[in-house]
Amino acid sequence: MNGRDNGDVTLLIGVGNEFRDDDALGICVVREVKRRNPGFSKILEASGEGSALIEAWNGVDRVIIVDAVFSGKDPGAVYRFDASAQEVPRGLFHYSSHAFGVAEAIEVARRLGKLPRHLLLFGIEGKAFGTGVGLSDPVVKSIPELIAMIEEEIHPVHAV
Amino acid sequence: MNRRVIKVDQLARVEGEGSLYVKVNDGQVADVKLRIFEPPRFFEAFLRGRKFSEAPDITARICGICPVAYQMSSVQAMEDALGVTVDGQLAALRRLLYCGEWIESHVLHIYMLHAPDFLGYEDALMLARDMPDVVNRALAMKKIGNDIVALLGGREIHPINVRVGGWYRLPRIDELTTLVDRLRWGLDQAIATVKLVAGFEFPDFDVEYEFVALRHPDEYPMIGGKIVSSSGLDISIREYEFHFEERHLAHSNALHGYERGHGRYAVGPLARFNLNFDRLSPLARQVAADVNLRPVVRNPFKSIIVRAVETVYAYEEAIRIITEYEPPQKASIDIEPRAGVGCGASEAPRGMLYHRYRLADDGLIRDAKIVPPTAQNQPTIEEDVRLFVTKFMDLPREQLTWKCEQTVRNYDPCISCATHFVRLDME
Repeated sequence: MNGRDNGDVTLLIGVGNEFRDDDALGICVVREVKRRNPGFSKILEASGEGSALIEAWNGVDRVIIVDAVFSGKDPGAVYRFDASAQEVPRGLFHYSSHAFGVAEAIEVARRLGKLPRHLLLFGIEGKAFGTGVGLSDPVVKSIPELIAMIEEEIHPVHAV
Repeated sequence: MNRRVIKVDQLARVEGEGSLYVKVNDGQVADVKLRIFEPPRFFEAFLRGRKFSEAPDITARICGICPVAYQMSSVQAMEDALGVTVDGQLAALRRLLYCGEWIESHVLHIYMLHAPDFLGYEDALMLARDMPDVVNRALAMKKIGNDIVALLGGREIHPINVRVGGWYRLPRIDELTTLVDRLRWGLDQAIATVKLVAGFEFPDFDVEYEFVALRHPDEYPMIGGKIVSSSGLDISIREYEFHFEERHLAHSNALHGYERGHGRYAVGPLARFNLNFDRLSPLARQVAADVNLRPVVRNPFKSIIVRAVETVYAYEEAIRIITEYEPPQKASIDIEPRAGVGCGASEAPRGMLYHRYRLADDGLIRDAKIVPPTAQNQPTIEEDVRLFVTKFMDLPREQLTWKCEQTVRNYDPCISCATHFVRLDME
Protein backbone atom coordinates (compact mmCIF):
# COMPACT_ATOMS: atom_id res chain seq x y z
CA MET A 1 0.00 0.00 0.00
CA ASN A 2 2.74 2.37 0.93
CA GLY A 3 6.32 2.87 -0.20
CA ARG A 4 7.65 3.04 3.33
CA ASP A 5 5.72 0.31 4.93
CA ASN A 6 6.95 -0.29 8.45
CA GLY A 7 4.52 -3.00 9.17
CA ASP A 8 1.67 -0.57 9.70
CA VAL A 9 -1.61 -2.01 8.75
CA THR A 10 -3.61 0.70 10.46
CA LEU A 11 -4.66 3.83 8.61
CA LEU A 12 -5.07 6.79 10.94
CA ILE A 13 -7.41 9.48 9.62
CA GLY A 14 -7.73 12.87 11.31
CA VAL A 15 -10.93 14.68 10.41
CA GLY A 16 -11.51 18.38 10.88
CA ASN A 17 -10.76 21.96 9.96
CA GLU A 18 -7.88 23.86 11.51
CA PHE A 19 -9.79 27.13 11.33
CA ARG A 20 -12.90 26.00 13.16
CA ASP A 21 -11.81 26.00 16.79
CA ASP A 22 -12.22 22.55 18.35
CA ASP A 23 -13.06 21.04 15.01
CA ALA A 24 -9.29 21.04 14.46
CA LEU A 25 -8.98 18.26 17.03
CA GLY A 26 -8.68 15.36 14.56
CA ILE A 27 -6.01 17.14 12.54
CA CYS A 28 -3.99 18.17 15.63
CA VAL A 29 -4.12 14.70 17.14
CA VAL A 30 -2.95 12.80 14.07
CA ARG A 31 -0.09 15.28 13.60
CA GLU A 32 0.94 14.73 17.20
CA VAL A 33 0.71 10.94 16.84
CA LYS A 34 2.91 11.21 13.75
CA ARG A 35 5.43 13.37 15.60
CA ARG A 36 5.62 10.91 18.48
CA ASN A 37 5.72 7.84 16.22
CA PRO A 38 7.91 8.73 13.24
CA GLY A 39 7.74 5.19 11.88
CA PHE A 40 3.98 5.26 11.69
CA SER A 41 3.43 6.49 8.20
CA LYS A 42 -0.16 5.86 7.33
CA ILE A 43 -1.74 9.10 8.35
CA LEU A 44 -4.29 11.09 6.44
CA GLU A 45 -5.86 14.47 7.13
CA ALA A 46 -9.42 14.81 5.87
CA SER A 47 -12.20 17.38 5.87
CA GLY A 48 -14.79 14.78 6.82
CA GLU A 49 -16.55 14.69 3.47
CA GLY A 50 -17.91 11.16 3.52
CA SER A 51 -17.32 9.78 0.07
CA ALA A 52 -13.65 10.77 0.23
CA LEU A 53 -13.39 8.75 3.45
CA ILE A 54 -14.93 5.69 1.80
CA GLU A 55 -12.27 5.98 -0.91
CA ALA A 56 -9.49 6.53 1.60
CA TRP A 57 -10.15 3.34 3.53
CA ASN A 58 -10.79 1.23 0.44
CA GLY A 59 -8.67 -1.91 0.73
CA VAL A 60 -7.45 -1.11 4.25
CA ASP A 61 -8.12 -3.62 6.98
CA ARG A 62 -7.75 -1.47 10.09
CA VAL A 63 -8.80 2.15 10.26
CA ILE A 64 -8.82 4.64 13.11
CA ILE A 65 -10.68 7.91 12.69
CA VAL A 66 -10.17 10.85 15.02
CA ASP A 67 -12.75 13.60 15.03
CA ALA A 68 -14.24 16.23 17.29
CA VAL A 69 -17.57 15.31 18.85
CA PHE A 70 -20.57 17.57 19.28
CA SER A 71 -23.19 15.70 21.23
CA GLY A 72 -24.07 18.04 24.09
CA LYS A 73 -21.97 16.30 26.75
CA ASP A 74 -19.29 18.03 28.80
CA PRO A 75 -16.45 19.38 26.70
CA GLY A 76 -13.37 17.25 27.09
CA ALA A 77 -15.23 13.93 27.30
CA VAL A 78 -13.24 11.25 25.48
CA TYR A 79 -14.92 8.78 23.16
CA ARG A 80 -13.90 5.44 21.77
CA PHE A 81 -16.37 3.80 19.49
CA ASP A 82 -16.07 0.49 17.66
CA ALA A 83 -17.85 1.19 14.40
CA SER A 84 -17.22 -2.30 13.05
CA ALA A 85 -19.30 -3.71 15.88
CA GLN A 86 -22.23 -1.34 15.94
CA GLU A 87 -23.99 1.48 14.16
CA VAL A 88 -22.70 4.98 14.84
CA PRO A 89 -25.31 6.80 16.90
CA ARG A 90 -26.91 9.89 15.51
CA GLY A 91 -25.57 13.06 17.03
CA LEU A 92 -22.01 11.82 17.25
CA PHE A 93 -19.31 12.69 14.78
CA HIS A 94 -21.17 15.23 12.69
CA TYR A 95 -23.98 12.93 11.82
CA SER A 96 -26.72 14.63 9.89
CA SER A 97 -28.95 12.75 7.55
CA HIS A 98 -28.53 15.20 4.72
CA ALA A 99 -24.87 15.76 5.04
CA PHE A 100 -22.50 13.15 3.94
CA GLY A 101 -20.13 13.17 6.86
CA VAL A 102 -18.13 10.72 8.90
CA ALA A 103 -20.96 8.77 10.49
CA GLU A 104 -22.98 8.64 7.33
CA ALA A 105 -19.99 7.48 5.30
CA ILE A 106 -19.54 4.64 7.78
CA GLU A 107 -23.16 3.58 7.59
CA VAL A 108 -23.35 3.85 3.80
CA ALA A 109 -20.11 1.87 3.52
CA ARG A 110 -21.57 -0.76 5.86
CA ARG A 111 -24.57 -1.17 3.57
CA LEU A 112 -22.39 -1.32 0.47
CA GLY A 113 -19.95 -3.81 1.99
CA LYS A 114 -17.18 -1.22 1.86
CA LEU A 115 -16.44 -1.01 5.57
CA PRO A 116 -12.94 -1.91 6.84
CA ARG A 117 -12.93 -5.03 9.00
CA HIS A 118 -11.79 -2.98 11.99
CA LEU A 119 -12.92 0.60 12.30
CA LEU A 120 -12.45 2.58 15.48
CA LEU A 121 -13.64 6.11 16.06
CA PHE A 122 -11.91 8.28 18.62
CA GLY A 123 -12.99 11.73 19.64
CA ILE A 124 -13.23 14.42 22.25
CA GLU A 125 -16.33 16.44 22.95
CA GLY A 126 -15.61 19.94 21.70
CA LYS A 127 -16.65 23.22 23.23
CA ALA A 128 -16.39 25.72 20.40
CA PHE A 129 -17.10 25.18 16.72
CA GLY A 130 -16.98 28.72 15.44
CA THR A 131 -14.15 30.19 13.46
CA GLY A 132 -10.77 30.47 15.06
CA VAL A 133 -7.43 28.80 15.44
CA GLY A 134 -6.70 26.83 18.58
CA LEU A 135 -8.38 24.25 20.77
CA SER A 136 -10.31 25.04 23.94
CA ASP A 137 -8.85 24.14 27.34
CA PRO A 138 -11.06 21.14 28.17
CA VAL A 139 -10.18 19.59 24.80
CA VAL A 140 -6.45 20.25 25.20
CA LYS A 141 -6.53 18.63 28.65
CA SER A 142 -8.02 15.43 27.25
CA ILE A 143 -5.64 15.06 24.33
CA PRO A 144 -2.91 13.06 26.18
CA GLU A 145 -5.50 10.49 27.26
CA LEU A 146 -6.82 10.24 23.72
CA ILE A 147 -3.36 9.86 22.23
CA ALA A 148 -2.50 7.13 24.74
CA MET A 149 -5.65 5.26 23.69
CA ILE A 150 -4.78 5.62 20.01
CA GLU A 151 -1.18 4.51 20.54
CA GLU A 152 -2.41 1.44 22.37
CA GLU A 153 -4.26 0.53 19.21
CA ILE A 154 -1.39 1.16 16.82
CA HIS A 155 1.58 -0.12 18.83
CA PRO A 156 0.73 -3.81 19.04
CA VAL A 157 0.54 -3.73 15.28
CA HIS A 158 3.99 -2.16 15.12
CA ALA A 159 5.39 -5.00 17.14
CA VAL A 160 4.17 -7.65 14.70
CA MET B 1 -55.84 32.77 14.41
CA ASN B 2 -54.17 29.84 12.70
CA ARG B 3 -50.42 30.10 13.03
CA ARG B 4 -47.81 27.67 11.88
CA VAL B 5 -44.13 27.82 12.43
CA ILE B 6 -41.62 25.73 10.56
CA LYS B 7 -38.25 25.49 12.23
CA VAL B 8 -35.13 23.81 11.01
CA ASP B 9 -32.96 23.68 14.07
CA GLN B 10 -29.33 24.39 14.15
CA LEU B 11 -26.79 21.67 14.02
CA ALA B 12 -23.08 22.26 14.21
CA ARG B 13 -21.37 21.11 11.08
CA VAL B 14 -18.01 21.62 9.55
CA GLU B 15 -19.08 23.17 6.28
CA GLY B 16 -21.41 25.50 8.09
CA GLU B 17 -24.42 25.41 10.22
CA GLY B 18 -27.78 26.90 9.69
CA SER B 19 -31.40 27.02 10.56
CA LEU B 20 -34.60 27.89 8.80
CA TYR B 21 -37.58 29.58 10.38
CA VAL B 22 -40.91 30.09 8.62
CA LYS B 23 -43.91 31.74 10.25
CA VAL B 24 -47.40 31.51 8.78
CA ASN B 25 -50.30 33.64 10.03
CA ASP B 26 -53.82 33.16 8.64
CA GLY B 27 -52.67 31.66 5.38
CA GLN B 28 -49.98 34.30 4.83
CA VAL B 29 -46.28 33.73 5.17
CA ALA B 30 -45.35 36.32 7.74
CA ASP B 31 -41.66 35.65 8.04
CA VAL B 32 -38.86 33.56 6.57
CA LYS B 33 -35.45 33.56 8.13
CA LEU B 34 -32.59 31.45 6.95
CA ARG B 35 -29.74 31.67 9.39
CA ILE B 36 -26.40 30.67 8.08
CA PHE B 37 -23.03 30.63 9.62
CA GLU B 38 -20.42 32.25 7.47
CA PRO B 39 -16.71 31.61 7.83
CA PRO B 40 -15.37 34.16 5.27
CA ARG B 41 -15.64 37.09 7.73
CA PHE B 42 -13.09 35.35 9.94
CA PHE B 43 -10.84 34.65 7.01
CA GLU B 44 -10.95 38.24 5.78
CA ALA B 45 -9.50 39.29 9.12
CA PHE B 46 -7.12 36.35 9.30
CA LEU B 47 -5.60 37.22 5.90
CA ARG B 48 -4.59 40.75 6.88
CA GLY B 49 -0.82 41.00 7.21
CA ARG B 50 -0.22 37.66 5.46
CA LYS B 51 1.84 37.30 2.31
CA PHE B 52 0.01 37.49 -1.02
CA SER B 53 1.28 33.98 -1.78
CA GLU B 54 -0.48 32.52 1.24
CA ALA B 55 -4.02 33.46 0.17
CA PRO B 56 -4.73 30.42 -2.06
CA ASP B 57 -3.85 27.88 0.62
CA ILE B 58 -5.51 29.75 3.48
CA THR B 59 -8.76 30.45 1.66
CA ALA B 60 -8.89 26.83 0.46
CA ARG B 61 -9.66 25.96 4.09
CA ILE B 62 -12.91 27.89 4.07
CA CYS B 63 -14.79 24.99 2.54
CA GLY B 64 -14.04 21.29 2.47
CA ILE B 65 -16.29 20.83 -0.57
CA CYS B 66 -15.05 23.64 -2.79
CA PRO B 67 -11.45 24.51 -1.88
CA VAL B 68 -10.54 24.84 -5.57
CA ALA B 69 -13.09 27.64 -6.05
CA TYR B 70 -11.48 29.63 -3.24
CA GLN B 71 -8.04 29.02 -4.69
CA MET B 72 -9.08 30.00 -8.20
CA SER B 73 -10.78 33.24 -7.15
CA SER B 74 -7.87 34.17 -4.88
CA VAL B 75 -5.05 33.54 -7.38
CA GLN B 76 -6.96 35.44 -10.01
CA ALA B 77 -7.43 38.43 -7.70
CA MET B 78 -3.76 38.34 -6.66
CA GLU B 79 -2.58 38.13 -10.25
CA ASP B 80 -4.83 41.08 -11.06
CA ALA B 81 -3.26 43.06 -8.22
CA LEU B 82 0.27 42.09 -9.25
CA GLY B 83 -0.26 42.75 -12.94
CA VAL B 84 0.39 39.28 -14.30
CA THR B 85 -1.71 37.10 -16.55
CA VAL B 86 -1.67 33.32 -16.36
CA ASP B 87 -2.79 31.89 -19.67
CA GLY B 88 -2.13 29.06 -22.11
CA GLN B 89 -1.53 25.61 -20.67
CA LEU B 90 -1.05 26.93 -17.12
CA ALA B 91 -4.59 28.32 -17.27
CA ALA B 92 -5.91 25.18 -18.98
CA LEU B 93 -4.62 23.09 -16.08
CA ARG B 94 -6.45 25.35 -13.64
CA ARG B 95 -9.61 24.75 -15.63
CA LEU B 96 -8.94 21.02 -15.46
CA LEU B 97 -8.56 21.25 -11.67
CA TYR B 98 -11.87 23.13 -11.54
CA CYS B 99 -13.52 20.38 -13.65
CA GLY B 100 -12.39 17.94 -10.95
CA GLU B 101 -14.10 20.00 -8.27
CA TRP B 102 -17.30 20.41 -10.28
CA ILE B 103 -17.43 16.64 -10.77
CA GLU B 104 -16.85 15.93 -7.07
CA SER B 105 -19.25 18.53 -5.79
CA HIS B 106 -22.04 18.04 -8.33
CA VAL B 107 -22.02 14.24 -8.08
CA LEU B 108 -22.07 14.47 -4.29
CA HIS B 109 -24.98 16.87 -4.29
CA ILE B 110 -26.98 15.12 -7.02
CA TYR B 111 -26.76 11.61 -5.58
CA MET B 112 -26.09 11.93 -1.86
CA LEU B 113 -27.98 15.06 -0.90
CA HIS B 114 -30.61 15.91 -3.51
CA ALA B 115 -31.71 12.65 -5.14
CA PRO B 116 -32.94 11.12 -1.87
CA ASP B 117 -35.46 14.00 -1.68
CA PHE B 118 -36.90 13.16 -5.07
CA LEU B 119 -36.83 9.40 -4.57
CA GLY B 120 -38.61 9.68 -1.24
CA TYR B 121 -35.69 8.53 0.86
CA GLU B 122 -34.87 10.15 4.13
CA ASP B 123 -31.18 10.13 3.34
CA ALA B 124 -28.36 8.57 1.33
CA LEU B 125 -28.28 5.71 3.81
CA MET B 126 -31.69 4.50 2.80
CA LEU B 127 -30.72 5.01 -0.83
CA ALA B 128 -27.63 2.84 -0.30
CA ARG B 129 -29.78 0.12 1.26
CA ASP B 130 -32.33 0.00 -1.55
CA MET B 131 -30.27 1.10 -4.55
CA PRO B 132 -26.65 0.11 -3.85
CA ASP B 133 -25.77 0.16 -7.56
CA VAL B 134 -26.78 3.81 -7.82
CA VAL B 135 -24.69 4.80 -4.81
CA ASN B 136 -21.73 2.74 -6.03
CA ARG B 137 -21.97 4.46 -9.38
CA ALA B 138 -22.03 7.86 -7.69
CA LEU B 139 -18.96 7.03 -5.60
CA ALA B 140 -17.05 5.88 -8.67
CA MET B 141 -18.09 8.97 -10.66
CA LYS B 142 -17.03 11.23 -7.85
CA LYS B 143 -13.72 9.49 -7.36
CA ILE B 144 -12.61 10.57 -10.82
CA GLY B 145 -13.10 14.19 -9.74
CA ASN B 146 -11.17 13.49 -6.54
CA ASP B 147 -8.33 11.97 -8.55
CA ILE B 148 -8.06 15.06 -10.76
CA VAL B 149 -7.94 17.28 -7.68
CA ALA B 150 -5.42 14.98 -5.98
CA LEU B 151 -3.16 14.89 -9.05
CA LEU B 152 -3.20 18.61 -9.82
CA GLY B 153 -3.81 19.93 -6.35
CA GLY B 154 -1.16 17.80 -4.70
CA ARG B 155 -3.68 16.17 -2.42
CA GLU B 156 -7.43 15.59 -2.34
CA ILE B 157 -8.37 17.76 0.58
CA HIS B 158 -7.27 21.37 0.55
CA PRO B 159 -5.07 21.28 -2.54
CA ILE B 160 -1.68 22.93 -2.07
CA ASN B 161 -0.14 22.92 -5.54
CA VAL B 162 -1.79 26.07 -6.90
CA ARG B 163 0.30 29.23 -6.59
CA VAL B 164 -0.08 32.84 -7.55
CA GLY B 165 1.46 32.93 -11.04
CA GLY B 166 0.80 29.28 -11.89
CA TRP B 167 1.69 26.04 -10.15
CA TYR B 168 4.35 24.63 -7.85
CA ARG B 169 4.61 21.39 -9.81
CA LEU B 170 3.30 20.51 -13.23
CA PRO B 171 1.77 17.11 -13.93
CA ARG B 172 3.46 14.78 -16.40
CA ILE B 173 1.55 13.90 -19.55
CA ASP B 174 1.35 10.23 -18.60
CA GLU B 175 -0.14 11.12 -15.19
CA LEU B 176 -2.91 12.96 -16.99
CA THR B 177 -3.56 10.50 -19.79
CA THR B 178 -4.13 7.65 -17.36
CA LEU B 179 -7.30 9.49 -16.34
CA VAL B 180 -8.81 9.59 -19.82
CA ASP B 181 -10.43 6.14 -19.98
CA ARG B 182 -12.11 6.68 -16.63
CA LEU B 183 -13.22 10.15 -17.66
CA ARG B 184 -14.85 8.61 -20.75
CA TRP B 185 -16.63 6.12 -18.49
CA GLY B 186 -17.65 9.03 -16.24
CA LEU B 187 -18.98 10.95 -19.21
CA ASP B 188 -21.27 8.03 -20.12
CA GLN B 189 -22.43 7.79 -16.51
CA ALA B 190 -23.07 11.53 -16.40
CA ILE B 191 -25.25 11.30 -19.50
CA ALA B 192 -27.16 8.47 -17.82
CA THR B 193 -27.43 10.68 -14.72
CA VAL B 194 -29.09 13.46 -16.73
CA LYS B 195 -31.69 10.96 -17.95
CA LEU B 196 -32.23 9.57 -14.45
CA VAL B 197 -32.76 12.90 -12.69
CA ALA B 198 -34.81 14.41 -15.53
CA GLY B 199 -37.29 11.61 -14.83
CA PHE B 200 -37.89 12.80 -11.28
CA GLU B 201 -41.14 14.51 -10.40
CA PHE B 202 -40.82 18.28 -10.07
CA PRO B 203 -43.25 20.57 -8.31
CA ASP B 204 -44.97 23.12 -10.53
CA PHE B 205 -42.91 26.04 -9.26
CA ASP B 206 -41.43 28.63 -11.60
CA VAL B 207 -39.88 31.78 -10.17
CA GLU B 208 -38.81 35.01 -11.85
CA TYR B 209 -35.14 35.42 -11.06
CA GLU B 210 -32.42 37.90 -11.74
CA PHE B 211 -29.68 35.45 -12.69
CA VAL B 212 -26.04 36.49 -12.34
CA ALA B 213 -23.07 34.53 -13.66
CA LEU B 214 -19.69 34.90 -15.22
CA ARG B 215 -19.45 34.90 -18.99
CA HIS B 216 -16.34 34.06 -20.92
CA PRO B 217 -15.72 34.89 -24.61
CA ASP B 218 -15.56 31.26 -25.68
CA GLU B 219 -15.88 28.93 -22.71
CA TYR B 220 -18.61 27.84 -20.35
CA PRO B 221 -17.75 29.97 -17.31
CA MET B 222 -15.42 28.68 -14.63
CA ILE B 223 -12.58 31.14 -14.10
CA GLY B 224 -12.75 34.84 -14.92
CA GLY B 225 -14.60 36.56 -17.75
CA LYS B 226 -17.23 39.23 -17.33
CA ILE B 227 -20.19 39.37 -14.98
CA VAL B 228 -23.55 39.31 -16.74
CA SER B 229 -27.15 39.16 -15.60
CA SER B 230 -30.51 38.27 -17.07
CA SER B 231 -31.57 41.94 -16.88
CA GLY B 232 -28.69 42.92 -19.14
CA LEU B 233 -25.88 43.78 -16.74
CA ASP B 234 -22.52 43.31 -18.45
CA ILE B 235 -19.55 44.44 -16.35
CA SER B 236 -15.96 43.57 -15.62
CA ILE B 237 -15.15 41.71 -12.40
CA ARG B 238 -13.45 44.89 -11.14
CA GLU B 239 -16.81 46.65 -11.28
CA TYR B 240 -18.54 44.04 -9.09
CA GLU B 241 -18.70 46.17 -5.96
CA PHE B 242 -20.18 49.11 -7.85
CA HIS B 243 -23.17 46.96 -8.75
CA PHE B 244 -23.47 44.53 -5.87
CA GLU B 245 -23.49 45.07 -2.15
CA GLU B 246 -23.68 43.01 1.00
CA ARG B 247 -26.09 43.92 3.76
CA HIS B 248 -26.02 42.77 7.30
CA LEU B 249 -29.39 41.57 8.59
CA ALA B 250 -29.89 40.97 12.27
CA HIS B 251 -31.17 37.40 11.96
CA SER B 252 -28.14 36.00 10.21
CA ASN B 253 -24.46 36.27 10.81
CA ALA B 254 -23.96 35.99 7.05
CA LEU B 255 -24.09 39.07 4.88
CA HIS B 256 -26.85 39.08 2.29
CA GLY B 257 -26.02 39.89 -1.31
CA TYR B 258 -28.05 42.43 -3.27
CA GLU B 259 -27.71 43.91 -6.73
CA ARG B 260 -27.93 47.69 -6.48
CA GLY B 261 -31.13 48.98 -8.01
CA HIS B 262 -32.39 45.45 -8.48
CA GLY B 263 -32.49 43.56 -5.20
CA ARG B 264 -32.02 39.86 -4.71
CA TYR B 265 -30.40 37.73 -7.39
CA ALA B 266 -29.46 34.12 -8.00
CA VAL B 267 -26.06 32.60 -8.72
CA GLY B 268 -25.30 28.94 -9.39
CA PRO B 269 -26.06 26.26 -11.95
CA LEU B 270 -29.38 27.76 -13.17
CA ALA B 271 -27.75 31.18 -13.65
CA ARG B 272 -24.79 29.72 -15.49
CA PHE B 273 -26.94 27.51 -17.70
CA ASN B 274 -29.45 30.22 -18.56
CA LEU B 275 -26.82 32.87 -19.30
CA ASN B 276 -24.26 30.63 -20.98
CA PHE B 277 -26.21 27.89 -22.74
CA ASP B 278 -24.47 28.83 -26.01
CA ARG B 279 -21.09 28.20 -24.36
CA LEU B 280 -21.85 24.58 -23.46
CA SER B 281 -20.38 21.89 -25.68
CA PRO B 282 -22.62 20.54 -28.48
CA LEU B 283 -22.88 17.25 -26.58
CA ALA B 284 -23.96 18.92 -23.32
CA ARG B 285 -26.51 21.00 -25.21
CA GLN B 286 -27.80 17.88 -26.95
CA VAL B 287 -28.05 15.92 -23.71
CA ALA B 288 -30.03 18.83 -22.22
CA ALA B 289 -32.29 19.06 -25.27
CA ASP B 290 -32.96 15.31 -25.10
CA VAL B 291 -34.64 15.85 -21.73
CA ASN B 292 -36.33 19.08 -22.83
CA LEU B 293 -34.09 21.27 -20.73
CA ARG B 294 -33.59 24.61 -22.41
CA PRO B 295 -33.05 28.15 -21.18
CA VAL B 296 -34.70 29.78 -19.40
CA VAL B 297 -35.04 27.21 -16.60
CA ARG B 298 -36.93 28.94 -13.79
CA ASN B 299 -37.84 25.97 -11.62
CA PRO B 300 -35.19 25.82 -8.87
CA PHE B 301 -35.95 22.13 -8.24
CA LYS B 302 -34.65 21.43 -11.74
CA SER B 303 -31.21 22.60 -10.67
CA ILE B 304 -30.51 18.90 -10.16
CA ILE B 305 -30.82 18.34 -13.93
CA VAL B 306 -28.66 21.37 -14.68
CA ARG B 307 -26.00 20.05 -12.28
CA ALA B 308 -26.09 16.75 -14.16
CA VAL B 309 -25.68 18.55 -17.52
CA GLU B 310 -22.77 20.53 -16.07
CA THR B 311 -21.26 17.25 -14.90
CA VAL B 312 -21.43 15.95 -18.48
CA TYR B 313 -19.68 19.13 -19.56
CA ALA B 314 -17.01 18.85 -16.86
CA TYR B 315 -16.05 15.30 -17.86
CA GLU B 316 -15.96 16.27 -21.51
CA GLU B 317 -13.95 19.42 -20.85
CA ALA B 318 -11.47 17.47 -18.71
CA ILE B 319 -10.91 15.01 -21.57
CA ARG B 320 -10.43 17.90 -24.01
CA ILE B 321 -7.89 19.67 -21.80
CA ILE B 322 -5.88 16.49 -21.18
CA THR B 323 -5.92 15.54 -24.86
CA GLU B 324 -4.66 18.99 -25.88
CA TYR B 325 -2.13 19.30 -23.06
CA GLU B 326 1.42 20.32 -23.93
CA PRO B 327 3.66 20.81 -20.91
CA PRO B 328 4.66 24.44 -20.54
CA GLN B 329 8.31 25.42 -20.11
CA LYS B 330 7.79 26.78 -16.63
CA ALA B 331 5.37 25.90 -13.86
CA SER B 332 4.79 29.53 -12.95
CA ILE B 333 5.40 33.12 -13.90
CA ASP B 334 7.92 35.09 -11.83
CA ILE B 335 6.24 37.64 -9.62
CA GLU B 336 7.56 40.79 -7.97
CA PRO B 337 5.50 41.99 -5.02
CA ARG B 338 4.01 45.43 -5.44
CA ALA B 339 1.20 47.53 -4.03
CA GLY B 340 -2.14 47.20 -5.73
CA VAL B 341 -5.75 46.13 -5.64
CA GLY B 342 -6.97 43.07 -7.48
CA CYS B 343 -10.30 41.35 -8.03
CA GLY B 344 -11.10 37.82 -9.06
CA ALA B 345 -14.20 35.74 -9.58
CA SER B 346 -14.81 32.14 -10.47
CA GLU B 347 -17.79 29.83 -10.66
CA ALA B 348 -17.83 27.60 -7.60
CA PRO B 349 -20.15 24.62 -8.10
CA ARG B 350 -22.78 26.54 -6.11
CA GLY B 351 -22.24 29.89 -7.85
CA MET B 352 -20.02 32.88 -8.40
CA LEU B 353 -17.34 33.49 -5.78
CA TYR B 354 -15.77 36.96 -5.64
CA HIS B 355 -12.46 37.92 -3.99
CA ARG B 356 -10.78 41.31 -3.68
CA TYR B 357 -7.39 42.00 -2.10
CA ARG B 358 -5.40 45.13 -1.43
CA LEU B 359 -1.65 44.62 -1.18
CA ALA B 360 1.06 46.79 0.30
CA ASP B 361 4.28 47.30 -1.67
CA ASP B 362 5.96 44.44 0.21
CA GLY B 363 3.24 42.07 -1.00
CA LEU B 364 1.49 41.79 2.37
CA ILE B 365 -2.29 41.72 2.37
CA ARG B 366 -3.77 44.99 3.66
CA ASP B 367 -7.36 43.89 3.39
CA ALA B 368 -9.46 41.16 1.86
CA LYS B 369 -13.04 40.78 0.77
CA ILE B 370 -14.66 37.44 0.04
CA VAL B 371 -18.24 37.12 -1.21
CA PRO B 372 -19.30 33.46 -1.28
CA PRO B 373 -22.14 32.20 -3.45
CA THR B 374 -24.35 31.14 -0.55
CA ALA B 375 -24.37 34.68 0.88
CA GLN B 376 -25.39 36.03 -2.53
CA ASN B 377 -28.16 33.46 -2.81
CA GLN B 378 -29.50 33.88 0.69
CA PRO B 379 -32.21 36.48 -0.03
CA THR B 380 -33.28 34.41 -3.06
CA ILE B 381 -33.46 31.21 -1.02
CA GLU B 382 -35.65 32.95 1.58
CA GLU B 383 -37.91 34.27 -1.17
CA ASP B 384 -38.19 30.79 -2.73
CA VAL B 385 -39.24 29.39 0.65
CA ARG B 386 -41.80 32.18 1.05
CA LEU B 387 -43.25 31.55 -2.41
CA PHE B 388 -43.23 27.80 -1.96
CA VAL B 389 -44.99 27.83 1.39
CA THR B 390 -47.53 30.33 0.03
CA LYS B 391 -48.30 28.10 -2.93
CA PHE B 392 -48.27 24.75 -1.16
CA MET B 393 -49.64 25.81 2.23
CA ASP B 394 -52.17 22.95 2.22
CA LEU B 395 -49.61 20.19 2.15
CA PRO B 396 -49.47 18.05 5.30
CA ARG B 397 -47.09 19.52 7.84
CA GLU B 398 -44.43 16.86 7.52
CA GLN B 399 -44.38 17.07 3.75
CA LEU B 400 -44.29 20.86 3.73
CA THR B 401 -41.38 20.84 6.15
CA TRP B 402 -39.47 18.40 3.98
CA LYS B 403 -40.23 20.50 0.91
CA CYS B 404 -38.91 23.58 2.67
CA GLU B 405 -35.64 21.82 3.28
CA GLN B 406 -35.57 20.72 -0.31
CA THR B 407 -36.18 24.30 -1.41
CA VAL B 408 -33.05 25.30 0.49
CA ARG B 409 -31.13 22.31 -0.84
CA ASN B 410 -31.89 23.36 -4.43
CA TYR B 411 -29.09 25.88 -3.95
CA ASP B 412 -26.57 23.35 -2.64
CA PRO B 413 -25.66 25.81 0.08
CA CYS B 414 -22.78 25.08 2.39
CA ILE B 415 -25.42 24.66 5.08
CA SER B 416 -27.19 21.84 3.25
CA CYS B 417 -25.79 19.54 5.85
CA ALA B 418 -27.80 21.20 8.61
CA THR B 419 -31.17 21.37 7.00
CA HIS B 420 -32.61 18.07 8.02
CA PHE B 421 -33.21 18.95 11.61
CA VAL B 422 -36.65 20.31 11.15
CA ARG B 423 -39.60 20.90 13.37
CA LEU B 424 -42.92 22.19 12.22
CA ASP B 425 -44.79 23.72 15.14
CA MET B 426 -48.41 24.71 15.22
CA GLU B 427 -48.93 27.68 17.49
